[in-house]
Amino acid sequence: MSRHTLDARRLLCPLPVIRTQNAAKKLAPGDVLEVTCTDPGAESDIPAWCRINGHEVIGIEHDAGELVITLRIKGAP
Amino acid sequence: MSTQRKAIALISGGLDSMLAAKVILDQGIHVEGINFFTGFCVEGHTHAIRKQDKAKPKRNNALWCAEQLGIKLHIIDVIDEYKDVLINPKHGYGANMNPCLDCKCFMVKKATQWMEENGFDFIITGEVIGQRPMSQRRDTMNIVVRDSGVGERLLRPLCAKNMAPTLPEREGWVDREKLYGLNGRSRKPQMAMAQQYGFIDYAQPAGGCCFLTDESYSKKLIDLWDARHSRDYELDDIMLLKVGRHLRPRPHFKLIIGREDGENRFMDGYRKQFANLRTVDCPGPLVLIDGELREGDAELAARIAARFSKNKDQELVTLALELPDGTQRLLPVKPLPTAELKEEWYV
Repeated sequence: MSRHTLDARRLLCPLPVIRTQNAAKKLAPGDVLEVTCTDPGAESDIPAWCRINGHEVIGIEHDAGELVITLRIKGAP
Repeated sequence: MSTQRKAIALISGGLDSMLAAKVILDQGIHVEGINFFTGFCVEGHTHAIRKQDKAKPKRNNALWCAEQLGIKLHIIDVIDEYKDVLINPKHGYGANMNPCLDCKCFMVKKATQWMEENGFDFIITGEVIGQRPMSQRRDTMNIVVRDSGVGERLLRPLCAKNMAPTLPEREGWVDREKLYGLNGRSRKPQMAMAQQYGFIDYAQPAGGCCFLTDESYSKKLIDLWDARHSRDYELDDIMLLKVGRHLRPRPHFKLIIGREDGENRFMDGYRKQFANLRTVDCPGPLVLIDGELREGDAELAARIAARFSKNKDQELVTLALELPDGTQRLLPVKPLPTAELKEEWYV
């Protein structure tokens, strides 16, 4: 299992989801991806995308106008 | 044992494509969704940059549809490829800068490629004959089939009974009798179907799902091309056309003036790319300057910016002009009187 980060700041819907989707394709089951966004819509979109694809959202944090969504790629680590 | 057939559904986020996918799902077909992001798509929270739109749901409608349907959704970035569709539409534009027919051909062509690469059998769209004046007429729907290269693998479940049987129907992958024969502009049949399926919170976009159908947006795009003497754009260009007041007081530069805090915050992310103005001694908008500042232009730009500040009626307003290289200087100016703010400057 490894931890990865993705900078999706300043991107508007649906680009944060597209970047997350494309990053997730390169990761292994159990890997953790931390996505930093500024579009408030990402707070609903990325979890929705995770639910559709079976990934697990393990954290959502707000920090000074930024949103950090942490997800775990589906499958056993 | 019969082969599990697979269909890829173009999911726009609207009701029709959602219903089309549902009709095919109910026939036991494996359906996944595909959604293309051109850069011009209207989404709830693109609007929600502005405070006035805060009440709108912050969701991506295509994702919402996919979740309601219980299907996967593949969102594909086609921003670069889409430029050729917009700049050189073979079939021309609609009422504004909307190349709807070329757009549909492009999307079905892209979906066809995806279908072939991923081992799917056919494509579904939510098209209905007569629903749209440009891209959903019988003749233009045939053009979509021809120009996209999809052949007989494009099924329109909502109006299939009004069209010749396609390969999925002839091969018995789907039961034609369970498809629909909708036509015309009425939305009542779709609303009844939505009720039947229990879809209650579907998107009802006023003015369509694409900024290119919007007259004001289209004018700004044409202005951008005229000013640059080039029919080209980058993603940042088309995003910024969605926010602020756009004023072009001189042919070689325009001002993008934030209308409220939400827009100012969004535009703040562009301060390193554009010369910009901010009021120093009173509340006021962030103003991005797109173009070239020549002799006297900085003062004119500052006077216009001051006109939109809280102290627009004062004798003097001080603004900070920041250039992309980070250098700054202060500009104390007299706000431009409203009478001198020319109507033709507004893009």
